[in-house]
Amino acid sequence: MTAIKSTDRAAAATSGSAVLKRFAPWIIAALFLLFLPVIFASGSALTIMNQMAITIVFALAYNMLLGQGGMLSFGHAVYMGLGGFFCVHLMNMVAAEEWFLPIPLLPLFGGIFGLAFAMVIGFFSTRRAGTVFAMISLGIGELIAACSIIIVVFFGGEEGISGDRTMGPEIFGLDFGSQIEVYYLTAAWLLVSAAAMYFYSRTPIGRLANAVRDNEERAEFLGYSQRYVRLISFCASGFFAGIAGGLFAINFEILTEENLNLVTSGTILLITFLGGVGFFIGPIIGAIFFTLLQTVLSLYTEIWQLYVGALFVLTVMFFPGGMSGLLFMHVRPYQLGKLNILFLPYLKTFLPATAAILGGVGFLEIAFHAKNASVGDQMMTLFWLTFDSHGLIPWLVCVLLAIVGGYLACRMAPLLRDAWDEANSLVAN
Amino acid sequence: MRKTTSILFAGLIAGVSVFGAAQAQDVKIAFIDPLSGPFAGTGTQGLAEWRYAADQLVNSKGGVLGGGKLEIVPFDNKISAKESLIQLQVAIDQGIRIIAQGNSSGVANALTDAIEKHNKRNPDKHVLFINYSAVDPALTNDKCNFWHFRFDANADIKMDALTDVMMKDASLKKVYIIGQDYSFGKAVAAAAVANISKKMPNTTIVGNELHPIGKVKDFTPYARKIMAAGTDAVITGNWGTDMVGLGKAVIQAGYKGPIYTYYAATTGITKTFGAEGKDVIRLVGEGQLNPPVSKRAADYVSGYKAKHPDFDITQPRIANAVEMLAKGINKAGGTDIVKIATALEGMQHASIWGGNVTMRAKDHQAIQDIHIEVHTNDKITFDFDNSSYGLYVESTIKDAGMNSPTSCKMTRPS
Amino acid sequence: MELVIINLLDGLVMGLLLFMLSSGLTLIFSMMGVLNFAHASFYMLGAYFGYQISQYVGFWPGLIIAPVLVGCGGALIERYGLRRVHKFGHVPELIFTFGLALLIEEVVQFIWGKSQMAYDEPAVLNFALFSIGGNEFPAYKVFMIFIAVGIFLVLLYILTRTRVGLVIQAALSYPDTVQNLGHNVPLVFMGVFGVGTALAGLAGVIAGPSLGTFPGMAFLLGSIVFVTIVVGGLGSLWGALLASLLIGWLLTFAASYNVHMSDVLTAIGFTPPEDMAEHFLRDLWTLTMPQIGPILPYILMVLILIVRPRGLMGKREV
Repeated sequence: MTAIKSTDRAAAATSGSAVLKRFAPWIIAALFLLFLPVIFASGSALTIMNQMAITIVFALAYNMLLGQGGMLSFGHAVYMGLGGFFCVHLMNMVAAEEWFLPIPLLPLFGGIFGLAFAMVIGFFSTRRAGTVFAMISLGIGELIAACSIIIVVFFGGEEGISGDRTMGPEIFGLDFGSQIEVYYLTAAWLLVSAAAMYFYSRTPIGRLANAVRDNEERAEFLGYSQRYVRLISFCASGFFAGIAGGLFAINFEILTEENLNLVTSGTILLITFLGGVGFFIGPIIGAIFFTLLQTVLSLYTEIWQLYVGALFVLTVMFFPGGMSGLLFMHVRPYQLGKLNILFLPYLKTFLPATAAILGGVGFLEIAFHAKNASVGDQMMTLFWLTFDSHGLIPWLVCVLLAIVGGYLACRMAPLLRDAWDEANSLVAN
Repeated sequence: MRKTTSILFAGLIAGVSVFGAAQAQDVKIAFIDPLSGPFAGTGTQGLAEWRYAADQLVNSKGGVLGGGKLEIVPFDNKISAKESLIQLQVAIDQGIRIIAQGNSSGVANALTDAIEKHNKRNPDKHVLFINYSAVDPALTNDKCNFWHFRFDANADIKMDALTDVMMKDASLKKVYIIGQDYSFGKAVAAAAVANISKKMPNTTIVGNELHPIGKVKDFTPYARKIMAAGTDAVITGNWGTDMVGLGKAVIQAGYKGPIYTYYAATTGITKTFGAEGKDVIRLVGEGQLNPPVSKRAADYVSGYKAKHPDFDITQPRIANAVEMLAKGINKAGGTDIVKIATALEGMQHASIWGGNVTMRAKDHQAIQDIHIEVHTNDKITFDFDNSSYGLYVESTIKDAGMNSPTSCKMTRPS
Repeated sequence: MELVIINLLDGLVMGLLLFMLSSGLTLIFSMMGVLNFAHASFYMLGAYFGYQISQYVGFWPGLIIAPVLVGCGGALIERYGLRRVHKFGHVPELIFTFGLALLIEEVVQFIWGKSQMAYDEPAVLNFALFSIGGNEFPAYKVFMIFIAVGIFLVLLYILTRTRVGLVIQAALSYPDTVQNLGHNVPLVFMGVFGVGTALAGLAGVIAGPSLGTFPGMAFLLGSIVFVTIVVGGLGSLWGALLASLLIGWLLTFAASYNVHMSDVLTAIGFTPPEDMAEHFLRDLWTLTMPQIGPILPYILMVLILIVRPRGLMGKREV
């Protein structure tokens, strides 16, 4: 896996003006988050953005393991879920006035609970990396998910535990009854956690995680216990996952078995990998992209999961660096001032490729409609066109699009490859 | 970088908002149920039934509010509580004020809770919850609220009706109760124990156990225990693959007695049981298909089958829910949710499936006729899964659970 | 006693079914170092292909054709998918098979829909062969036992008595050396992957009618197969057999005996709390064995990984 590339720039930032440059992305991000609700003011947009923010925190926490520590976990939902459950219980205690705790601080306690649990599990699971770690995480994930159905006192069975965030003490007149208040709370936590995770990866212990990931024996010879380094990464990851859980508790006011199970664990792996594990920004892109896919695409097509599956497999096969890897591949041509060389070959390859994808999607949609539509309801709408899904012409058009587009794209691919090599070569043209 | 994603984001969110520009005279109902994933089979059939019922029973008969149409807008909740809450928010933003949901009591619990909070926090945007399938008794007991209406009989009422029929059969000496380890499975077991010990003094419960939901690979060991206990009747609330797995294992172990179930029909289950399950599988539920109660009911089912040859009327109560909702809207004379809910309270309705449906005002639980049906291919007019097998009504309990107790303490908006 | 015998037989059937899946998976894992997450998906494909073929020409031709189709599909996926990802490292490989599992499930739902398929035992075997204490034992299960034992013997013969088997055995321990000796290791990989997936497909064809053919069947069995090979030890056919039978019996007996936690706790000296309905440990006190049966293998796996990471009979560490 590629090392974190942007570190080069961060390392160079030692002089005074560079400090501003170093913090500039965070200031821009803060302003961006501040003004986002001006554009998207509806309740559903806020809900989706909150969901995105939570997923970003969770995916970043997950990438502390996968990307930075080289540990593949199949049960990371456990730490977010447990943190969340703990927060809902706290919320209920606050509502019952057994405890005094301002609701905005709740995610911190979720994080502490996630951390505590990660310490217990990490104590034995981080002794080895690789497959042993992956299989233990799978086993623990299954165990906790199963326990959540059995232990009703804490997990509430399959209907879960719900709370009410507005019952807490009012802080500055905020009771978090409205979505916008929750949005700003979530955004603040997102910013703080993301910054904390970013600067954590720049600390010596964060660097050591990379070293152990790349070569654990060498790190050991340098005098660092690989197990200890892994345990620290694991605990830090558990802490931030717990924060994500706390944010989830505040947003949805309910936690269920679904927050702990293997599907959620698998989804976060998928999100992180799609975004790209090699860069800090990767999981952020992945989380935004996937949340949109899940909430928006599912409004338009019933077979969205088929597309997600195909996208995932194709990403692993062709772009193992994920979306961020794809973006950062262009940094070098950009620095060499050769991006313009790529423009035409991109156009020539991507136009037919897009046609092929549209053809393929059209084919699947028509097939799905023809198979599942009720009798007499043969008209379907796809890409703003309405036609008869049982007729021959739409099928032919799609197949033709897919074949011709695919063929042209394959023909053009060598051109793109040549242009790519040229754009990355130091020799001036 | 951030900019490109934000533009993409802007476009897509705008897409969501534009998606549902409402037409004034029509009334929209948000159908929030799984349309993708492992439970999509039930969800898509439910959606088709809702649409058919709205068209056949309301829209083609003059509609609501003097010509308006009932429109069903589907939202995919992927049977997840979290997704349901997001889709609920999307639906509310589109101006939809009536929510229909049924699959999974867990989701129903999350929704009823969220809707109650939403209505408290947004008194100008009240939302009504039509629960057409989730049968966890808690929804009309401890967790009841003014906005929730249940059109299926809850697990307790069904068990009450089932044991009313079972007590007439003196040969049922040993009963085995088995179910999935979650709230509904436990509710069925508790109701079975309570009813049997009260009504059937000569019957012993030889087994009462729970198995993990959706995790059992092979039900044979459970079947062995059931056989070894010399069981005369099995009671189970299992659904989906857990139902098929249990049923097949028990039958293959040589069991010949009745298996009383809640959900052993349709979506491939009837076809899979086929000849093996004949006269063994029994089901307690509402809505009589065989024999058809009237020409109207028969026409309704055959019209549906003509439109959807691969689907069945899986949830007859949807017809009641649609008709009663339309009545409520007309009586309220508008889309004011408090008025519609008040109109639904205590409403009497002559069901297309025969008998009366009463929406009990104190807990918003529909009281209706409950039937015990048998899985067979004799005298079947409307089969399931095109398998020639279907459910035939053996006995009927009129207005089941009319006087059943409830712990519901509802606060009504003043 | 009668119940014990019949449970032993049922556990044997379950265990041998697991063995058919784990034998292929353990070979694939130990040769290529990749845990094939999609292995159970090939099992599902086997069941669906078998069902589809049985609709036209009956059960028996499907028993041959479906595994061959699945095996060819597996070999193609190895050649054009996995080999491509292989150069990126182990984690992308694992993630690839994970994505493949998702994709196969979606494709199956797209083609066959989401409902349960009415895939039935062949009529010839649809009778009770014998009964023990009123519990009937279907002839089909005996057939399953014979198929699985046959496969084990054939695999054992190939691995220990043939030249191909020797190459595979050698590649298990020293893949690089075998490559240097001039053997076409990529071809062996493709072959092993194809045969492994074909075995999974065969398991699907014969398990489909008895355990049900539905889109969730791969997910239901998927992770338990990993547990089996991790517990048994990598690359060991005997280990796979031992672990499969162990887990088969574990699952069967745990489901069969209603051991109550309250009895266990009382036996070791705890007294039940007075206020059971309100007590914070009430779920522990009311726990029964069948409730936790399906998660016992995971507990076993975690313990084995902590105590003996190479598994019961493994040759090297995971």
